[in-house]
Amino acid sequence: MAEPNQTKTTQISLSTKIKRLAFDNSVPILFIIICLLGVYFSQLPAVFIVNQLLTRITRNSFLVLALVIPVIAGLGLNFGIVIGAMAGQFAILIVTHYKVAGFNGFMLSLLLSTPIAILFGILTAMLLNRTKGQEMITSMIAGFFANGVYQFILLFLVGTLIPMKNPDMILSRGIGIRNTIDLATKTGIKYALDDVLKYPFFEVLVVAAIVGIIALSINYFLKKKKGSGEVDNFKFVTLFILMALVMGTSIWVLNSNTLLKTVKLPIVTVLFITVIWVFNELIMKTKLGQDFRTIGHDMEIAKISGINVDKTRTIAMIISTVLAAWGQIIFLQNIGTLSTYGAHVQIATFSIASILLGGASVTKATSGQAIIGLILFHTLFIVSPKAGNNLFGDAQIGEFFRAFISYGVIGVALGLHAWNKRVQAMRKHLDTDAP
Amino acid sequence: MAEDYVLQMKNIDKEYYGNKVLKGVSLSVRKGEIHGLIGENGAGKSTLMNILFGMPVIHSTGGFSGEIYLNGDKVDLKSPYEAMKMGIGMVHQEFMLIPDFTITENIKLNRETTQDNLISKVFRSDRLKTLNTGSMAADAKKALNRVGLTIDEWVTVAGLPVGHMQFIEIAREIDKTGLRLLVFDEPTAVLTESEADNLLSAMKRLAESGISILFITHRLSEVIQIADNITVLRDGELVADRKSAETNVAELAELMVGRKVDLKGKEKQSREYQESEVILDIKNLQVDMPGEKVTGVDLKIYKGEIFGIGGLAGQGKVGIANGLMGLYPSKGEVIFKGEKLELNNTKSSLERGLAFVSEDRRGVGLLLDSSIELNIVFTTMQTKGKFLKRFGFFSQLDDAGIREYAAKIIQDLDIRCTHSQQLTRQLSGGNQQKVCVARALALDPETILVSEPTRGIDVGAKKLVLDLLIKLNKELGMTIIMTSSELVELRSICNRIAIIFKGKVAGILKASNSDQEFGLMMAGEYQKIEEDGEGRLNE
Repeated sequence: MAEPNQTKTTQISLSTKIKRLAFDNSVPILFIIICLLGVYFSQLPAVFIVNQLLTRITRNSFLVLALVIPVIAGLGLNFGIVIGAMAGQFAILIVTHYKVAGFNGFMLSLLLSTPIAILFGILTAMLLNRTKGQEMITSMIAGFFANGVYQFILLFLVGTLIPMKNPDMILSRGIGIRNTIDLATKTGIKYALDDVLKYPFFEVLVVAAIVGIIALSINYFLKKKKGSGEVDNFKFVTLFILMALVMGTSIWVLNSNTLLKTVKLPIVTVLFITVIWVFNELIMKTKLGQDFRTIGHDMEIAKISGINVDKTRTIAMIISTVLAAWGQIIFLQNIGTLSTYGAHVQIATFSIASILLGGASVTKATSGQAIIGLILFHTLFIVSPKAGNNLFGDAQIGEFFRAFISYGVIGVALGLHAWNKRVQAMRKHLDTDAP
Repeated sequence: MAEDYVLQMKNIDKEYYGNKVLKGVSLSVRKGEIHGLIGENGAGKSTLMNILFGMPVIHSTGGFSGEIYLNGDKVDLKSPYEAMKMGIGMVHQEFMLIPDFTITENIKLNRETTQDNLISKVFRSDRLKTLNTGSMAADAKKALNRVGLTIDEWVTVAGLPVGHMQFIEIAREIDKTGLRLLVFDEPTAVLTESEADNLLSAMKRLAESGISILFITHRLSEVIQIADNITVLRDGELVADRKSAETNVAELAELMVGRKVDLKGKEKQSREYQESEVILDIKNLQVDMPGEKVTGVDLKIYKGEIFGIGGLAGQGKVGIANGLMGLYPSKGEVIFKGEKLELNNTKSSLERGLAFVSEDRRGVGLLLDSSIELNIVFTTMQTKGKFLKRFGFFSQLDDAGIREYAAKIIQDLDIRCTHSQQLTRQLSGGNQQKVCVARALALDPETILVSEPTRGIDVGAKKLVLDLLIKLNKELGMTIIMTSSELVELRSICNRIAIIFKGKVAGILKASNSDQEFGLMMAGEYQKIEEDGEGRLNE
């Protein structure tokens, strides 16, 4: 007869731990290396890269963070954020039409987009609840379909069924919205959020690092004192060193004479992003968040234990769609012009590529991964045309690089994850006494 | 008197599509009692439990008739969630645990303790309340202590030994307030012996604390060891209610298996064969089929015999044929017709002349939306290149040849259909099974593996399928290896029957062996009772 099973107290050595960490994060690590190579070959000045990066991160974070909850709730990567973005654009069009400019206009468009996005979220969720198991492709196709409806409304209904007279926004034939709408500072919501408050980036970074270190230490010692839960020394040390590094670099930059120290950070936009980040974290600590996790892991078990799966999935979709609508408004106030029929088309692809680069997968995602992925993706995006040019002597090749990156990344990341999963399954398999 | 009972089920009848699976079954469990419920697969235990838990499968198939009383009150349970609220808990055979969650999270699944926060107060929503991790951990700890498991409650479940998972399931059930009745569905099936002992003593402790336990199992000695009363089901009927003090393993085994089936005469039907030529020699075969793991099977099968493989569900009998066909990862040595058989290679198994009729008729066995004739020739076409017309590099179906062959075999096997192009989906279960057999025959095999040939088909069709197998064996001299959950079937046509228990051969019996011997062997009790019998059986 078989020996009784003993609980193995697994003491993993540091080297295996690092190896595991490297393997489990193979996607971000691979792309960090590619990014560094790209930065090196592009020979772009640091100030340019940092400046661009900051703009793009503050512009896009919201959209990427909108992806986190659906992944946790088992809905996969929500290509349907395109639909949320449309809700945001509807709101912007209304606000611009009535010439509510600046911060007021911005807040009003957030407010207006919310009910539209909630409605869209419910509709998408109704569809996804009928197509369990194929949420990703369904949400993608739903996005394409919604795009058709969106075009129909804005190109043909505006000016006919929807009375609207505004020569700045309507095509000269009197029907349909123009291709591009100017959101200029005076009459629109351009920089409505970004320009409220700006501080030098590296000063903010020093402060943030100090706050981070203090918070981390307090948290660590409180946990240790209470003795409850797993105290992860390794994680603590890694984070501590990282933050110290950030602080050191920032202080060095501030004391140096480079242009870098002039780089500025839009504080209010960052606050907005932080609030959503915190929201994502906090909601996971509630009953609702626990339900998200449960249905994400196993819908059947959730159902048997009495969780209303469909309703919970609907809530997850609503949250994601509303965040996407707000994200698109933040995105457009930074861009400054609304490309009526194009602004939303690519955002799902780009956001999903970003979050995948950060190490998220179809079944696992965190807000941290969203931000890390965003940094990596946009670094690649910034440096690749120039790097391609420098390496192959043709600017066109750099453009190919961009296309390759945004789509290729999704393929590579999904492939690596599949491989990763198989290795993990094999690891597990080898532990059992099966053949 | 009635108040003494925590649960009474009276005269339960249940039909699935005109097929009576429960006939007037009654079951009563007293407070603080451990009540054993035993029976073979298909005896109706699961259906009875599905009714008790108000599972959707019962209500979507027309409900049931009969009455259920909890603590003397008549109840009408419509969903598992309702049953849970009434204080009925279940420890499932396949664990209802989420591997990536911690033990605490699993124990408190959807019963998390929460506390108000600012936002939940504003919205007056329970779902926005913050989880109270402290009190959840405390509850989990308490429940774990009650079942006697010393393990930290913040460990994730993934990677824990199965024994621990079982205890976590129990801890989850007893953490529910107002738990009155706990159902254990074959809890020891996946456990090692020492784990099983731990579990049994934990069950005793629970019963002493006032929780009634309904213990479903195949392990007869365990049920005698701890149960107070035992109910035996067979073929959807209540065959016996015994006090465990007044019965013994042998009697239970006989009650569980025994059938009023006339075995005489049938034995003669099977063909004579010589025990000289070994056609299939299996040495230490291991198959990693989920739920039907084979852990090391040695078998010698003689040319021209009908060999049966029996045993209870989940013990690995189905895994053997699937392993031989390379459908699941396997290891070991198999000699077929004097040459080594390449494992994990379905094509090579087919080419060597092994044909397979799968137990999963509608899944693996048939292309449901293709015609009968295509189904029949499909495998042959793929592996032997028959029924094809070749044009250089291209090949095309030989329609005329296929139709001719199909027409012949449809007549031979008496497949009832409108024409050979009819879709197999439209056929009845028995005729679908015949198409499966026809496809295996198209390969012109010497040896045919048949798994669960009569599952889900009606009595008349069962007889036809079995007769067909006998005919193939007698007239064509085919070696048949039949896997079946139905012992009666095996005993009616097989020369020898191997009983699989825990992925290994528990012993090989003849059809003429007694009910008792079969029952004991299937329950894994045979060796324990006849210590010296082991050597003899494996000869």
